[in-house]
Amino acid sequence: MLAYIIRRILTMIPTLVAISIISFAIIQLPPGDFLSNYTAQLEASGESVDQSELAALRHRFGLDEPIYIQYLKWAWNFIHGDFGHSFEWNKPVRDLIGERLALTVTISVCTLLFTWVFSLPIGIYSAVRQYSWLDYVLTVVGFIGLATPNFLFALVLLWFSYAYLGMSIGGLFSPEFVEAPWSLAKLLDLFTHLWIPVLIVGTAHTAKFIRIIRGNLLDELRKPYVTTARAKGLGETRLILKYPVRVAINPLVSTIGWTLPELVSGIAITAVVLNLPTTGPLLLSALLSQDMHLAGTFIMFLSALTVVGTLISDILLAWVDPRIRFGAREGI
Amino acid sequence: MNADQAKLQKYLNASTRQLIWWRFQKHALAMIGLVAISGLYFSAIFCEILAPYSKDYRHLEAIYGPPTRVHIFDDKGTIRRPFVYGRTLECDVEDQSMCYLEQRDLIYPIRLFVRGDSYWFWGLFETDLHLFGVDKPGGVFIFGTDRMGRDLFSRCLYGSRISLSVGMVGVFMSLVLGLVLGGISGYTGGWPDGLIQRIIEVIRCFPSIPLWMGLSAAMPPHWPALKVYFAITIMLSLIGWTDLARMVRGKLFALREEEFVLAARFAGAGHARIIFRHLLPAFTSHIIVTVTLAIPGMILGETALSFLGIGLRPPITSLGVLLKEAQNVTTIALYPWLLIPVCFVIAIVLSFNFVGDGLRDAVDPYAR
Repeated sequence: MLAYIIRRILTMIPTLVAISIISFAIIQLPPGDFLSNYTAQLEASGESVDQSELAALRHRFGLDEPIYIQYLKWAWNFIHGDFGHSFEWNKPVRDLIGERLALTVTISVCTLLFTWVFSLPIGIYSAVRQYSWLDYVLTVVGFIGLATPNFLFALVLLWFSYAYLGMSIGGLFSPEFVEAPWSLAKLLDLFTHLWIPVLIVGTAHTAKFIRIIRGNLLDELRKPYVTTARAKGLGETRLILKYPVRVAINPLVSTIGWTLPELVSGIAITAVVLNLPTTGPLLLSALLSQDMHLAGTFIMFLSALTVVGTLISDILLAWVDPRIRFGAREGI
Repeated sequence: MNADQAKLQKYLNASTRQLIWWRFQKHALAMIGLVAISGLYFSAIFCEILAPYSKDYRHLEAIYGPPTRVHIFDDKGTIRRPFVYGRTLECDVEDQSMCYLEQRDLIYPIRLFVRGDSYWFWGLFETDLHLFGVDKPGGVFIFGTDRMGRDLFSRCLYGSRISLSVGMVGVFMSLVLGLVLGGISGYTGGWPDGLIQRIIEVIRCFPSIPLWMGLSAAMPPHWPALKVYFAITIMLSLIGWTDLARMVRGKLFALREEEFVLAARFAGAGHARIIFRHLLPAFTSHIIVTVTLAIPGMILGETALSFLGIGLRPPITSLGVLLKEAQNVTTIALYPWLLIPVCFVIAIVLSFNFVGDGLRDAVDPYAR
């Protein structure tokens, strides 16, 4: 098990390097660099720009060096916790992202738990009572949930609650807590607001997971070992929960890897609609104002987050499924 | 020969394509989806005729007009052909709100094939024919109008044309990428396979919307609309090809060890011939399934980007561009009909998913 974990961590490193190269490329993509934008801004507001000062700045940020040196410097600083400087906010990027990333992670994890808690029993029910009317209803609801992009769902929910319930569901905190330092009361307040984004982002994935569990469980239920267990007189509940369900939920664990990027994506855009203090709105404004160090750091962190998520899911899967633990990676 | 035997004979003689079609027909939801998609594409292709107004014409007398009611009964209770009442704008001085009042004495019957705004049909010839409409100065806005007084129904039709085409063009590009890269990966194996697989893994690690946001924000703002359109579709397909490549690789891995490939090789067939003549036809149907299921993702990606204001921009009208108008809670609360494009998005995505699901069940006609 330990050898497996170490092997997985080692294979993670090249992926992280590749991700950092792409993030850096995104920082570099917009025409011009932030200094030329900065000077353009200064000139537009009528201030004169000292050329020698500009050259000094250019040298200080290493903009006069070849691109790969710039990348290495950026990566080196990144590893040491220096993510660059946000020009829009005139603050180090590091001070801006911490809380927002933490909130994004919180929502992601809660959403993941939400999808599991709901999809597991519903999926099992749908499979065991296949073609019952409730199965049909759940299938149709699931399809609609799957087809509604979560930011549109957020939009409709926003309108509905505003027009019919007379309340605004945006934000993650009540007004009196927005600027307050962290406390137990603020944490509790967070949880009263958290369920809305969790519900919005989680619906589509719950629907997807229900389909997966239902399909897998139906395959498992037709297998001979189920008949054998039934013939031996095992109670139906125990039989289903103990054997086929255990096999059928494997994908739930193994798909964390690609579920997390989708969740993070969904949260990013839902957050813009609901105006949540997570990474999404800040990333959008950073991109629009070409505050590329901030944007690149966000993209790097969000991607790294999913890599780590994949790692955790692989370890969990190895723990759940002995076939993987013992090296037989193929054949599942 | 009795009927059962004839049926069996027909089944045994049927081509694979026929078997797939028969199985597909049994999938009710998939058939509904197919009809819906055909309808949507039909309306997208002929949207100039189907739309009562051009997408940019401003009805200054009907800014933020709610959907017009189509009546059949008039005040006296007699049945007439469908008609709309004329409307006037009333200003409430007390709470400074505006509302439109129906004028019961002005009746505009809805006519078929009326003359209206002129347009270039497919850029070929100029005409002013519209499927339905009312005489001026009446107006029929079945989905209402937006903040510039443009007819939302017409804009939805034009918008779904762009959104549907983004899906098509984007999926075509990712099809090319996926076939080539997945093909190399699966057919040669070895280090090219390893390299391509790593690339795919890295791309799949990225949360797609933040990455798309990063890429599209890098587009210079002065680009013309058409260039933006193609840049967006290329961006969507740059991420979308990975699913297809994985599927192609998996299939090729399984198939290249089959006897018929060995036989072809012994018969002296080149690599290209083996791939295109023997291997590809063996899983064309799977490619179609993957492509069908990939289209909604593309359309949603474009909608999301345009909605955020970093995708397509006016004058190009897509469903996402339309929804950008409905970003603000107070706007939606006052003018809820601006959310109608959401229904179009959901209908498109739902139908593609249904068809894809039905196809997936149908492509293996020998499965049961």
